[in-house]
Amino acid sequence: MPVIDENDLAEARIDLDTIRRRIQGTSGPTYWRSLDQLAESPEFEKWLHAEFPRQAAALPENTSGIARREFLKLLGASLAFAGAAACTRQPTEKIVPAVKAPEDTPGRPLSFATAMTAGGYGTGLVVESHEGRPTKIEGNPEHPASRGATDVFAQASILTLYDPDRSQMIRRVNEVASWDGFTAEFSTILEAQQRAGGEGLRVLLGAVTSPTTRSMLEQLRARFPRARVDFWNPSNRDHAHAGALLAYGEAIDAVVHPGAADVILSFDADFLGGGPDHLRHIREWTKRRRPTGSDFEGTRLYVAESTYTTTGSVADERLPIRAADVARMAAAVAHRLGLATPPPDLAERESRWADAVAEDLTRHRGQSAVLMGENQPPEVHALGWAVNEFLGNVGRTIETIQPVAASTGSQWQSITNLGSDMRAGRVDTLLLLETNPVYDAPADLTFGEALKHVPNAIHLGLYDDETGRLSRWHVPAAHYLEAWGDIRSANGTVTLQQPLIAPLYQGKSSIEILALAAGKARPSGYDLVREHWTGVWGGADFERRWERALHDGVVPDTRAPERRAALRPEAATAIDSRTSPAALGLEATYRMHPTVGDGTFSNNGWLQECPTPLTKLTWDNVVLVAPSTAERLALANGDVVAVEGGPRVVEGPVWILPGQPAGSLGLQLGYGRTRAGHVGDGRGFDVYPLRTTDAPWFRGGMSVRKTGRTMSLACTQHHGTLEGRHVVRSGSLDTYREDPGFAQHMGHEPGPDDTLYPNYEYEGHAWGMAIDLNACVGCNACLVACQSENNIPVVGPEQVAMGREMHWLRLDRYWTGDLEEPEAHYQPMLCQHCERAPCEVVCPVNATVHDSEGLNLMVYNRCVGTRYCSNNCPYKVRRFNFYLYADWETESLKLQRNPDVTVRSRGVMEKCTYCIQRINQGRNAARKDGRPLEDGEVVTACQQVCPADAIVFGDVNDPESRVTKAKADPRNYAVLADLNTRPRTTYLASVKNPNPDLHEGEDDSSGGDG
Amino acid sequence: MAIPRDPTSAVPPGQIIGPGQTLGSVTDKIASVVLAERVPRGWWVGLTLSLALLLVFVTSLGVLFAYGTGAWGVNVPVGWGFAIINFVWWIGIGHAGTLISAILLLFRQQWRTSINRFAEAMTLFAVACAGLYPVLHLGRPWLAYWLFPYPNTMAMWPNFRSPLIWDVFAVTTYATVSLLFWFVGLIPDLATLRDRSKTLAGRKIYGILAMGWRGSAAHWHRYETAYLLLAALSTPLVVSVHTIVSFDFAVSVIPGWHATIFPPYFVAGAIFSGFAMVATIAIPLRWAYGLENFITLKHLDNMARVMLATGLIVAYGYMMEAFFAFYSANLFERSMMMLRFEGPYSNAYWALLLCNVLIPQLLWFKRVRTTTVALFCIAIVVNIGMWLERYVIVVTSLSNDFLPSSWEIYSPTFWDISLYVGSFGLFGTLLFLFIRFLPMISIFEMRTLVVETEPRSEAEDGEARA
Repeated sequence: MPVIDENDLAEARIDLDTIRRRIQGTSGPTYWRSLDQLAESPEFEKWLHAEFPRQAAALPENTSGIARREFLKLLGASLAFAGAAACTRQPTEKIVPAVKAPEDTPGRPLSFATAMTAGGYGTGLVVESHEGRPTKIEGNPEHPASRGATDVFAQASILTLYDPDRSQMIRRVNEVASWDGFTAEFSTILEAQQRAGGEGLRVLLGAVTSPTTRSMLEQLRARFPRARVDFWNPSNRDHAHAGALLAYGEAIDAVVHPGAADVILSFDADFLGGGPDHLRHIREWTKRRRPTGSDFEGTRLYVAESTYTTTGSVADERLPIRAADVARMAAAVAHRLGLATPPPDLAERESRWADAVAEDLTRHRGQSAVLMGENQPPEVHALGWAVNEFLGNVGRTIETIQPVAASTGSQWQSITNLGSDMRAGRVDTLLLLETNPVYDAPADLTFGEALKHVPNAIHLGLYDDETGRLSRWHVPAAHYLEAWGDIRSANGTVTLQQPLIAPLYQGKSSIEILALAAGKARPSGYDLVREHWTGVWGGADFERRWERALHDGVVPDTRAPERRAALRPEAATAIDSRTSPAALGLEATYRMHPTVGDGTFSNNGWLQECPTPLTKLTWDNVVLVAPSTAERLALANGDVVAVEGGPRVVEGPVWILPGQPAGSLGLQLGYGRTRAGHVGDGRGFDVYPLRTTDAPWFRGGMSVRKTGRTMSLACTQHHGTLEGRHVVRSGSLDTYREDPGFAQHMGHEPGPDDTLYPNYEYEGHAWGMAIDLNACVGCNACLVACQSENNIPVVGPEQVAMGREMHWLRLDRYWTGDLEEPEAHYQPMLCQHCERAPCEVVCPVNATVHDSEGLNLMVYNRCVGTRYCSNNCPYKVRRFNFYLYADWETESLKLQRNPDVTVRSRGVMEKCTYCIQRINQGRNAARKDGRPLEDGEVVTACQQVCPADAIVFGDVNDPESRVTKAKADPRNYAVLADLNTRPRTTYLASVKNPNPDLHEGEDDSSGGDG
Repeated sequence: MAIPRDPTSAVPPGQIIGPGQTLGSVTDKIASVVLAERVPRGWWVGLTLSLALLLVFVTSLGVLFAYGTGAWGVNVPVGWGFAIINFVWWIGIGHAGTLISAILLLFRQQWRTSINRFAEAMTLFAVACAGLYPVLHLGRPWLAYWLFPYPNTMAMWPNFRSPLIWDVFAVTTYATVSLLFWFVGLIPDLATLRDRSKTLAGRKIYGILAMGWRGSAAHWHRYETAYLLLAALSTPLVVSVHTIVSFDFAVSVIPGWHATIFPPYFVAGAIFSGFAMVATIAIPLRWAYGLENFITLKHLDNMARVMLATGLIVAYGYMMEAFFAFYSANLFERSMMMLRFEGPYSNAYWALLLCNVLIPQLLWFKRVRTTTVALFCIAIVVNIGMWLERYVIVVTSLSNDFLPSSWEIYSPTFWDISLYVGSFGLFGTLLFLFIRFLPMISIFEMRTLVVETEPRSEAEDGEARA
């Protein structure tokens, strides 16, 4: 529907255009003013008279969507200025509903394609909007970096949009200022700069891939030829870029295809856990890993890493080594493969590992991939290229493309230059666009100090943060759901970002500020993006292509072109592999925190309360140490230690993580914010003060001193071993090949007639779910998606510590094997919708009952809160509102809520509903069309977001449905089936493929409890 | 004390009433406690203390209602904590009263006479304390009436499959029958008080409560019939109430709860703790009011024997719980038992074995049974032990159930403890008011003892002299 036929709209457009023209180009308070005027205009009256009584009837059927939406938009607006206190409104410019575009009925949500930026790279999204307020974020199936999935950050970004702590006003020094005041002063400053050719003008941005931003920067350079643009993003890809430069003499980006590789070797590369393309990696890798029967070949993933990551947790072979040892390990593998790399000294175990890996890689030339982590120095990346070229992987499992980022130069260098210019007084005007360097710039730059030397620092940010506080001007930034823009994904594909809501606090986007700086009067993001793309597409076909791009969420044919270059011979030899491990002492590694990232999301309650995949900690960061290190240093969980590297010290609590390399301190960046907002302030400890330009990712020779203090940490899972219970079931590939049904022999499952009572016949639908543990990588996206979809409240660290977190879906993490090198197993645990549900029998008031489609329902209104159901639930998936957890007060947060899901009150039990609201929507849609509900039409929130496609939901009565087929897989088993609860949710056992050469003399079966 | 005390040694061993008591002296002695114008200072001290605790109770209620169940230490997985522990504990205590009143009446155990009145009162007050907890522990206590089957516009019945509904019936029946039984038993004595009261208010109030009792033969005939019928009605309740309470646990699937031995083991435990509580109250009471002639060492000895017997049944229950955890070869049961032995709550488990199994073995010795101080201490220990038993059952089982991922430690908060301690305030206040305003020993029944025992005791005295 979304493509508009101009002719069909001809009649309506006369009026609509007039109205639209009046609204366009205005924003903020002017927008309202113009609507006021509009309401009195004859055009509006005419249009209203024509449209209102008959609504859609006045418009041709197939175009009614857009026009009626326009109508509703205005109707909504007119109601708003008539006195109803509406807080939301859609943006004034025309936005185009996406992918799924149902009829525009009030009460029915619309979906719009847009994209979110993470580290400068875009992930395509489809955002659900209820009456002009975005409520839920999904991945865009058309987008190469999303494939319909999202990560936790994208899921939680909707909460940031409505965060009441967001900056809401322009500030000049300590006073509230106006936009006009800002533009006036800004233009004076710029005029002065223009006279000097921009000598004292600097712009600091995060990583930039946006074409419009690039063209804005070019326009800026045209006006200020001597100005300089710097880039800083604490999780930049400097080393990868420098490594490619070392290997090929030019910048090249790699696009990895994990699904095409039989053997993957990762050196500290968390390619499934983070980075701009990890969602695609997960999807491709897990798809390839899905066992298909006893002739399944399988693939193997080797990971040598310096802390336990998502990628390491799903590896077939994992070797915990310190980050500094990775170079030696990589050199050893390269040497064994036959490259000219000098051989390093290795310990016996490492040597054995390198032998096995090299042998496996040699067997899979052209079908393998060697990946290097961003924390490894450029030489290691260069060696990676050399190895991949040697094995013939480049062009097969690893695509090489022209770099996507606007600048592939070193950001570390860039920010260092900026810092020294600032300190030397060479910077008069500094635009800090959506960055927070005072918090996250390298510690040795003392950026906050340097910023005092800048008379005109102008900060644009979602929050008036650490950097904003020290800047002369602070301007609220528009959230990405409020702003126009464009963004490229890791493979270069462009998405036009369209806003779903007019800026809540009159925020501006980076491109608008840049355009203002470049000399445009009253720039609007919409015009800027259109202008850029007019230049690209030419005029003739513009509108059609524009609408198409907005609708699809991707701009066709914008992939970065392939780039091949000849490998330079020094790529294999540049590496210094002789670092003596003994000289290192304790090593500290810096990683972005798995749930709050580099600190950008510190004020997001969902992410704060999202347990990290392996530690299951919430609300705090920690110093991760191996059990052996903890023993050696006499540390216990929660002991606050001072981590010292030369003169720099940070203090934080210790957490013992099995699988952390011995002698390594895993430090997590992103905490210790001082101006994040109410949620993030003062939580955790800041690691950035340790991170300096000479050691961006890890540093040896650290020392640890106990402070004598202890801290209580909010952990959601205290017990990590299986206690001999076959709750998660896994086996080796050999076990699977011998008997694909191995998991079904690991527990007793009563037959369908082993019951005193007759079985209930489900005549219509019978909903069920299958979760493939072999696919799950533990990324938490399902958990946050569930929270977003089902209005699940945040309870805070004290409540989590008491065991009262509210997540309907949790990810259980179990350890098996050796304490120092354990294997991790994830299990998404949610209401199992037992057919013989223990919870239902014991509820005294029938508040939890079974429905005719086999759903275990929770009737909030009826619940009196005995908590007996929770006690009697063997899976402990029920959640109780011990307090009034839901925020019934904050207006902005109310806007985020899913209107189809009840906001629960105090004293009521709740739990997973299999997204019953989505089932109802699907059922109603099918009934209205007079057709049966098709398989795949109802998708639960957790299923939709899962990048691994691990969750399948559907009708188990339909023999052709995906879920029925999944349940027919021999790996299928039910948790605690021996209780005869007959859960509708079942699990598919995971199959790992360890290298037998590395396990000689060990017990072969790794199944189950280990 | 206003009342002169008779020396304990005056009561010969094995007697259930002291020597030299006449019909008049019995009435004087017991009624004087109520009708005395001056109230002993000890009573005031006791009442003040109880009211202070009651204030703690009311404050805790205020906090609970204002903030919600979150004020307590309960969580997921431990959805039940102090509230349910206290409920089971208090209701268990009540059982002794019913047992003494009803079963011993039917078995014509005359020694029950001097302790049945306040044991019944204790039952009633304990049930009052107990009955509050299931309401208070609800997330939305104002909707507690939804647990009753009443006609309503929602056209909803409660879920009759839920043991909590059985509880509702069991406890309300128990409370009703106990109240009736107690009140009916009081009627002749209320008439006595009416007749002896010197104040108009006393005469009026006791008069109304005495329901026109004149002591005619027809009255006595009907009274005896009604009392026996009520006793017969109460008798099954001694067994049924705690059986049903045990179903709250036994009917569930949770390891450590799901056990067939629970009903008898809970009933025995209830009587065990009930007698311990009767002893805990009776011993100071007979000392304070000088009632050694009415509550004799024979009574204490008998109560100690019941405690010993029921304690042994309880010990057998513990043994079978452990035995079947291992014999069943059920992984979850076994692991639950191991966690009780050596897990995070093992202190509570071993303490309960000490309190309920080891220490009560001292009751095999007659000297211990007849030494009031020793018996009092053991009774206190048993009360603590029986509370710990419920704590272990409720908390350890929930805390470590099937999936290790959801295991979580339970620790009570200040408000958990204050609500428990405060409930003694409620219990104490009711008890002290009862002592002050109603005869704590059944006057008319004691008089029947005088009639029956006097000649015999004289004869025995004569023998002893000879």
